[in-house]
Amino acid sequence: MANSFTIALKLDDLAAVRGYRTLFEGMSLALDPGSLLELRGLNGAGKSTFLRILAGLTRPAAGKIDWLCASEDHAFRHFLGHLDAIKPQETVRQQAMFWASFLGVADSRHSAREALKVVGLANRADVPGRGLSAGQRRRLALTRLVMAPRAVWLLDEPLAALDADGQTMVRDLIKDHRKQGGLVIAAMHGEGFENAQILDMGEFTPRQSAVTDEVA
Amino acid sequence: MANPVVTLFFRELRLAWSGGGGAALPVGFYAGAATLTPLALGPAPDLLRAAGPGILFITLALASLLPMERLFQADLEDGTLDALGASGANYTGMALAKTSAHWLASGLPLSLIAPVLWVMLQGPGAAVGVVLACALSGSLAFFFIGAIGAALAAGVRRGGLLIALTALPLYAPATIFGASALYAVSEGRDFGQALNLCMACAMAAVALGPFAAGAALKTALD
Repeated sequence: MANSFTIALKLDDLAAVRGYRTLFEGMSLALDPGSLLELRGLNGAGKSTFLRILAGLTRPAAGKIDWLCASEDHAFRHFLGHLDAIKPQETVRQQAMFWASFLGVADSRHSAREALKVVGLANRADVPGRGLSAGQRRRLALTRLVMAPRAVWLLDEPLAALDADGQTMVRDLIKDHRKQGGLVIAAMHGEGFENAQILDMGEFTPRQSAVTDEVA
Repeated sequence: MANPVVTLFFRELRLAWSGGGGAALPVGFYAGAATLTPLALGPAPDLLRAAGPGILFITLALASLLPMERLFQADLEDGTLDALGASGANYTGMALAKTSAHWLASGLPLSLIAPVLWVMLQGPGAAVGVVLACALSGSLAFFFIGAIGAALAAGVRRGGLLIALTALPLYAPATIFGASALYAVSEGRDFGQALNLCMACAMAAVALGPFAAGAALKTALD
């Protein structure tokens, strides 16, 4: 199966406002199936807000988002924010199984076990969430992407807190996902991904607010 | 393949009873408050019989308010709500699953100890069935109305006061009818009408609460 997903994205004149500040405006772009969009920009440039808008969590101030996909199913996105959605009192295995089952995976026990192997937490399966390091928490969050196939991955700094092995794992996961025709949109600092499209958030920062920032 | 709402319900139930879930706190509060009443008012049976039903219902309302602050806030703070929301799940279903799991974890135990506390406050022993029905419908109403306040205040740090301010006025109908049913049964009058109205409050809360709470959750994420 070369292409399990067929999804493209078209943004038309998107704008976001946080409080009274316009983060970005006039953002238009189109993404083909299998592409990777890397969001670049300073802290506070609106990368996370952009991801939340695409995740359907935040409403854009203006503009249109078109997901061009074959099916009408609205369960097509994974969102990995900078919070890992880890419950301190539940074990790693319980949390993975909950997400598998919640995301509609058929055999949640089996798929959780396999996913924990992929992310390298198989020998930590009985540890409660409070006993995990930042990198291990991130790895546990990544099991969601591994377990439930979804066409769009929205990742907020997916490599943060991960060691070298973990970063290679994420790069491989993303490569596989793109091969299957999935879309990846990731906010990034530091070294980027192979043949990614770069979106510099700074280009869409309204000029006026940049001036006010300097004065302030 | 289980329904996501059912999956979420069972997880919430497990989390509520596991360490740090805090399902036992309201039960402890309720038992403690009702036990202290005779110590504060004095052991005179007449006085306890007069004050008991009211106190029993007020403390039930306040105990139901206790788990509300963390009901949605914990999920908002650790990012669970983001992941649930982005997965395409329905917010009303999420609010329904979470609220009913918490009712089962702490509201049901609250209702079950109400008859014991009733007898302790010199209520007639024959009426425990009515007390149980009152406490069940009262706690259902309190939890599902409280969930609206909890969802509205989820994004506010230390939002407990805000929950109390938004939910307590809405507790009034259930409190009025529940307490009057308790007084009626303790004085041997007909309690049917008041009990029915209290149950109606519970049904309205269960039917409408999740929609309001779900809409408020969506706003909290924005």
